Amino acid sequence: MTSARDTVLGRVRDALALAPTPATAVPRGYRTGRTLPDGERLALFTDRLVDYKAEVHPCTADRTAQVVAGVLRDHGARRIGVPAGLDPRWLDAYDGEVRPDTADIPARQLDALDAVVTASAAGCAETGTIFLDGSSGQGRRALSLVPDLHLCVVDLSAVAAGVPEAVARLVPERPTTLISGPSATSDIELERVEGVHGPRRLVVVIRTDR
Amino acid sequence: MSTFLGMPARPPRSPYGTGNLRGDEPFPRAAHQELGNAQLRRNLGRATTTIRAKRLNATGELPDWEALREAGSAIKTDALNRLPELLEQLERKVTEHGGTVHWARDGAEANEIVTRLVRATGSGEVIKVKSMATQEIGLNEHLEAAGITPYETDLAELIVQLAHDRPSHILVPAIHRNRDEIRQIFLDRIPGVDPELDNVPAHLAAAARAYLREKFMTAKVAVSGANFGVAETGTLAVVESEGNGRMCLTLPETLITVMGIEKVLPRYRDLEVFLQLLPRSSTGERMNPYTSLWTGVTPGDGPQDFHLVLLDNGRTAALADTVGRAALNCIRCSACLNVCPVYERTGGHAYGSTYPGPIGAVLTPQLAGMDAAADDPNSSLPYASSLCGACFDACPVKIDIPSLLVELRHQHTEQTGTTAEKLAMKAAAAVMKRPTLYAGAQKAAGLGRALAGRDGTISRLPPPFGGWSDSRDTAAPPRQTFRAWYASAEGRATLRAAADEHDRGPDEHTPDQGEGGMRRRDGEHAPGQGEGGTE
Repeated sequence: MTSARDTVLGRVRDALALAPTPATAVPRGYRTGRTLPDGERLALFTDRLVDYKAEVHPCTADRTAQVVAGVLRDHGARRIGVPAGLDPRWLDAYDGEVRPDTADIPARQLDALDAVVTASAAGCAETGTIFLDGSSGQGRRALSLVPDLHLCVVDLSAVAAGVPEAVARLVPERPTTLISGPSATSDIELERVEGVHGPRRLVVVIRTDR
Repeated sequence: MSTFLGMPARPPRSPYGTGNLRGDEPFPRAAHQELGNAQLRRNLGRATTTIRAKRLNATGELPDWEALREAGSAIKTDALNRLPELLEQLERKVTEHGGTVHWARDGAEANEIVTRLVRATGSGEVIKVKSMATQEIGLNEHLEAAGITPYETDLAELIVQLAHDRPSHILVPAIHRNRDEIRQIFLDRIPGVDPELDNVPAHLAAAARAYLREKFMTAKVAVSGANFGVAETGTLAVVESEGNGRMCLTLPETLITVMGIEKVLPRYRDLEVFLQLLPRSSTGERMNPYTSLWTGVTPGDGPQDFHLVLLDNGRTAALADTVGRAALNCIRCSACLNVCPVYERTGGHAYGSTYPGPIGAVLTPQLAGMDAAADDPNSSLPYASSLCGACFDACPVKIDIPSLLVELRHQHTEQTGTTAEKLAMKAAAAVMKRPTLYAGAQKAAGLGRALAGRDGTISRLPPPFGGWSDSRDTAAPPRQTFRAWYASAEGRATLRAAADEHDRGPDEHTPDQGEGGMRRRDGEHAPGQGEGGTE
């Protein structure tokens, strides 16, 4: 008997022979390779994030630890999870409990954390999007998902102007998560509700001199 | 380049009587019932108006929106043209990264594959990400029959599942329910829910969160669909808002993704186009809250057992149709539903298919066929449209839905052979060729006034025109035909007066006289152009 694979591929070839269409070139006349000065990129990124109900704290790199500690204190986060590769200096001013993540920690234990602090791989100003790609400062995907508060540190230099410029910064083989504001639903009478299954609060610390 | 020996075979449609690509009754009958539901129309009217406005804002923000549509359309067309090589490339890349690829000729085969994979894990339940493909093949029903409990985790899908209802919209499946109904569904069906639960959407969402949290923490297997599958890298994409998708794609040990073969994109870079087109077209957002991209298996992160099921189920049949294959470009954004005057009034259930609205009216008969012999509900779908064209304007990948509907109407007429309508058209053609017969017929048509009500419309025509009047009123024919009026003393007098006024020219013309009169400046009168028309 022919395998399903051969059958389906055979059908595809038959279909294309029955209904041939000319080869199509892809016109890429949309905007690519855009750049924006730092100030404009910061303003746009911040505006979009706030529009999506994220909390935004721009700061200089040497103030990272103070801002991170301040946010965690304000939100009452006493116990936080961090990726094993997070820059430890970012937590210098934090006096709560810090639990470095490992792959064998079950999701239920992540659920007991008050917050998670991660770095990020890239950002997109025009859409207010943060990209995580699982590299050392960002950890595995479950870590930034299960705790109710996600504090994400973004370097302004990694924030691209638009979507094509941001996608160009990604490494395809890495497990990648795009985050635009906190979890949200509009399923009940189209009324937007922040916070369903993912983190209900997203705080973005933007380091403006990096 | 393949070599063909003889004629290629026409690929089969989705098998009749399987899955959710066919309703129980033709669209007009189903729509009649839905039109009686005032709640549905209020919900839909408000919802579609809101999304329409948001979408226009979001698309209007981008100065290159039309260029993105052009690119999106071309990428999909190019992908379909190169489908064999791209599917093989996708398979190779997913396999290289530790995933397993399965092929399914139809929904039944896909259901069996998923069931076998779930059984192999020893789990009696699965958590599900909202997915049109698994809805299309009726996976939940199949799993339940096999003793496996599927849990929908998208809030709207959960509402629909708990209520034993059917989705009515691609994007917001429970749009036909209001907050009071949802509250009652939760009170009745969620074990241990707070009996004091009120109807505030935030509280309802919190109740769903608490209910599903436990499932996310314990489930061993998840089933998802895919918005895109990138051939170049083997990367799969799921676009969502609530985080339930991230939960399903990340926490269980095993992930099974069912993807229609038309969802393949050639290059990773192509995501830059669709990540702009999809969210702005569907929810009117600049970007949806969460998008997950994964390639096979990543050690130490997410499911360590990943299966991709590539589904045909009539897609190759659609591909074999020169006109209809454009429907496979659809990225399921639902923009066409939200602008459709027909969908807005009937809702999604009237279409009887997983895919409602304008694109559903095209895609459903393409995938599952229109059975010429029986009273097939799918045969009625190409007529479930006013052909106003709003769907074409809204479509981010520029699918010319109205033209596809007309083509399907043509195919349906060709299939059905001789019908009463066809006979009537033939008779009309014969009559119009003979002036005396035509004049006689027009006189006879005047009798139509006898059928008309006081409002001058006919709500029910005798056979064979009954099909026409079932779904619309017909204006009563005028008291007098034009020829009769033209030949009458009244007609001649009116025309003479008009011609006289015309000849006096514009200077003598006063606005008061202008009402209904004909005007012509001197010298404009071309020789031989009779003013009242000659025969």
